[in-house]
Amino acid sequence: MSVLVVVECDNGEVKKSSLEVASYGSQVAQLLGTTATAVAVGEASEASLASLGEQGISKVLYDAEPRLKDFVNSAYTKLIAAAAEKEGAQLLVLANSNIGAAVGSRLSVRLKASLATNVVELPKINGGSFTVKRGAFSGKAFADVVLTGDRKIIAVKKNSIEALHNAGQTAQVESFSAGLSDADFTDAPKQVIMQDQAGGVLLPEADRVVSGGRGMKGPENWNLIEDLAKALGAATACSKPVSDVDWRPHHEHVGQTGITVSPNLYIACGISGAIQHLAGVNSSKVIVVINKDPEAPFFKAADYGIVGDVFEVLPKLTQAVKELS
Amino acid sequence: MKFLVCISNVPDTTTKITFTPDNKEFNKAGVQFVINPWDEYALTRAIELKEQQGSGTVTVLNVGEADTEPNIRKALAIGADDAIRVNAKPTDAYFVAQQIAAVAKEGGYEVILMGKESIDYNGFQVHGMVGELLGIPTVAPAMKLDMSGSTATLEREIEGGKEIVEVSAPFVASCQQPMCEPRIPNMRGIMTARTKPLKVVEPMGEGARTEVAEYALPPKKQGVKLIPAESAGDLIRLLRNEAKVI
Repeated sequence: MSVLVVVECDNGEVKKSSLEVASYGSQVAQLLGTTATAVAVGEASEASLASLGEQGISKVLYDAEPRLKDFVNSAYTKLIAAAAEKEGAQLLVLANSNIGAAVGSRLSVRLKASLATNVVELPKINGGSFTVKRGAFSGKAFADVVLTGDRKIIAVKKNSIEALHNAGQTAQVESFSAGLSDADFTDAPKQVIMQDQAGGVLLPEADRVVSGGRGMKGPENWNLIEDLAKALGAATACSKPVSDVDWRPHHEHVGQTGITVSPNLYIACGISGAIQHLAGVNSSKVIVVINKDPEAPFFKAADYGIVGDVFEVLPKLTQAVKELS
Repeated sequence: MKFLVCISNVPDTTTKITFTPDNKEFNKAGVQFVINPWDEYALTRAIELKEQQGSGTVTVLNVGEADTEPNIRKALAIGADDAIRVNAKPTDAYFVAQQIAAVAKEGGYEVILMGKESIDYNGFQVHGMVGELLGIPTVAPAMKLDMSGSTATLEREIEGGKEIVEVSAPFVASCQQPMCEPRIPNMRGIMTARTKPLKVVEPMGEGARTEVAEYALPPKKQGVKLIPAESAGDLIRLLRNEAKVI
């Protein structure tokens, strides 16, 4: 039973969530007494793929077809299915990302596999049974799910698994062709529009997030959020009411119908903590809440809190971060 | 255009989550169920597109037991023309996807819409499975959907940006905001919904490919540690030395 991991690349680098996926895959391969091969999608460089050895990957398959640089659902699905056939993979591991979900769900039908998404831990393998723990009920519960099929696909939630770093290990990069033709690119994007990443940190991939709510009083005050985010190397986010009134773009909205994030540190500024907002952030490792209302429900979900005026507290925090040596 | 909108019946967002004594199922006792919030985007957008086109139908589909019918009626009250309920417990995404694909094929539906995921199982799987079972494109998650004839232009969210994708019907899209402003039923809608057709069909296809062994609640938080606003800088030192996150 060999393991195939799907690594997503961007601008020549392997995405952080895919380093976690690769580490997950190689650790499961070890449990099963086999090796982990990767197949790379997106814009990769040979050096970054070779360095997947640090995450325990022995071989990386890469199709240099230029149209694979952007996400194309049909083509990615075919490419990964072909790699799975070539390697005789019984287990596929991918990121629980928009790409991973789009491709993984199609692959599960094509490869007749059991699929578990939003997985947060390494599997429990007991004789023939294979069980994974996954998040459910919008972060309010976990489910242990048995994958009953012979083939299995696991989509790993971001920031649930620590990436391995075995310095000096390299993976062998092998060019691979899935024989893709024009017919596989009919759903290729007409246009790809990337966000302006002012702070340089992408929200879905961020380790730290500084988020603002209506308590920020207006978009003109967001410099306070941005200054702290910049000092911390964090991404910025917002609550739904803030994106609804266009103070901030929709792609920054975290919550039940926005983005779900699970960073190591989530700092909420002037957000009361409605249950819909918590659904998007409650799997963050450490939650800090700054709100002038001591009764704000968010304090119940927080690890650290400051009852105070965000306009006074935020500059102090930014200053304190700058003073850290 | 024939629209098929798939809805799930989920516990209301504010529900306190508990499980049956064996921890194998969600405890439904005393819980208010609603149309899955993500599915409301799919439903409203289908109705808007039908209105724009001036012809066509919107059919609502749910895989569930008889207790989901109040929410199916609600979808009819919002503006769907008719409904189909596949009479089965939605055991897993693959089982549900097979039912949707069978109904879509038999009814010749051209646009199949659903929410990004359900807020109870959070699978984000059904869209792709249905697309693959029918051999048609899937666009997931879609933030915008416009149609001109049988060609759809969609905005798909990707990490860090969006793609503009064009597909021809038939296709599947899983919807999320800001696609539209979900509608709520009005009195006239509620009255007419009572007499709109709701067909019940039996499930087909294979069984599930996954089983829930056990549900569990996350470990309780220790409680918040409050830092006085005057010494806000102490928070940063705690985050470094105690929580070790910066």
